[in-house]
Amino acid sequence: MTFRKYLVLAGVTVFAAAGDSMLSHGMKQTGNISLNHLQGVIFAVLNPWVAVGILLLLAFFATYMTALSWADLTYVLPATSLGYVLLALVARFALHEHVSPLRWLGIALITGGVGFIAGGPELTKHPHADEPVNKACAVAASPPFGEAQGKLLAKNATNGAPGVKV
Amino acid sequence: MRGIYTWGAILAIVFASVIGDVLLARAMKQVGDVGALWRRAGLGVVIGRTLGNPNFLFGVTAMAAAFFSLLFALSWGDVSLVAPAAASLTFIGNAVAAKIFLHEKVDRRRWIAAGLVAAGVALLAG
Repeated sequence: MTFRKYLVLAGVTVFAAAGDSMLSHGMKQTGNISLNHLQGVIFAVLNPWVAVGILLLLAFFATYMTALSWADLTYVLPATSLGYVLLALVARFALHEHVSPLRWLGIALITGGVGFIAGGPELTKHPHADEPVNKACAVAASPPFGEAQGKLLAKNATNGAPGVKV
Repeated sequence: MRGIYTWGAILAIVFASVIGDVLLARAMKQVGDVGALWRRAGLGVVIGRTLGNPNFLFGVTAMAAAFFSLLFALSWGDVSLVAPAAASLTFIGNAVAAKIFLHEKVDRRRWIAAGLVAAGVALLAG
């Protein structure tokens, strides 16, 4: 795991939490939307809170997909639930709301669970995978491959090998 | 009677979002490391390859189905029941599905974590 990858996981957490809360704030301003008055959806989207919330959720989706491209689903998902912890902490320390003991217990459980996951490997290696795609992924994700490839490219470059662009 | 509808909708949410997550995870493993691909081939290739992946499109469709099930569930039941129940059951469902369909190595460490996070989410989202 590189620093950049931790940054992507942090993005998953923050964008999900911020996007959800902005959307919820905006939707409370616009009021109820019923199936008989679907044009209400258009007014809802024009609300700046809702619009920014949607943009943030798009950013969440992009970071989530990026994380899933190099990490297991069971590794990435706990990061999304850290968002609940973030929201509770914002509620307590920024908005000075009351956070009940049960919620503190919930925060402790999620944090503990995420800590458990973070201590392990982020990607299952498939040494005997039937699918070439998975195999290629597992190999590409391991650092020695990148290093060796880089050295090979550098070597080719210094040798002036034809057709190799660096 | 209302309770049955609510739980039916909750199960539909869980089912659809587990399918969606598994398909999206599989799609992104097929696309490959997005960061490396971006540096090598550019952002256009990353987006094109993702949007052109059938698993991605089915995954997004399943996520949309989960969202509409959520709307139905919320019209029958309280948000204080629907949100935590759906979130924590999805969490457990994903761990099981990732093991079966994605062949992820869900070892004891990850089972414990899944249980802890599911319990924590149930407490916090309520």
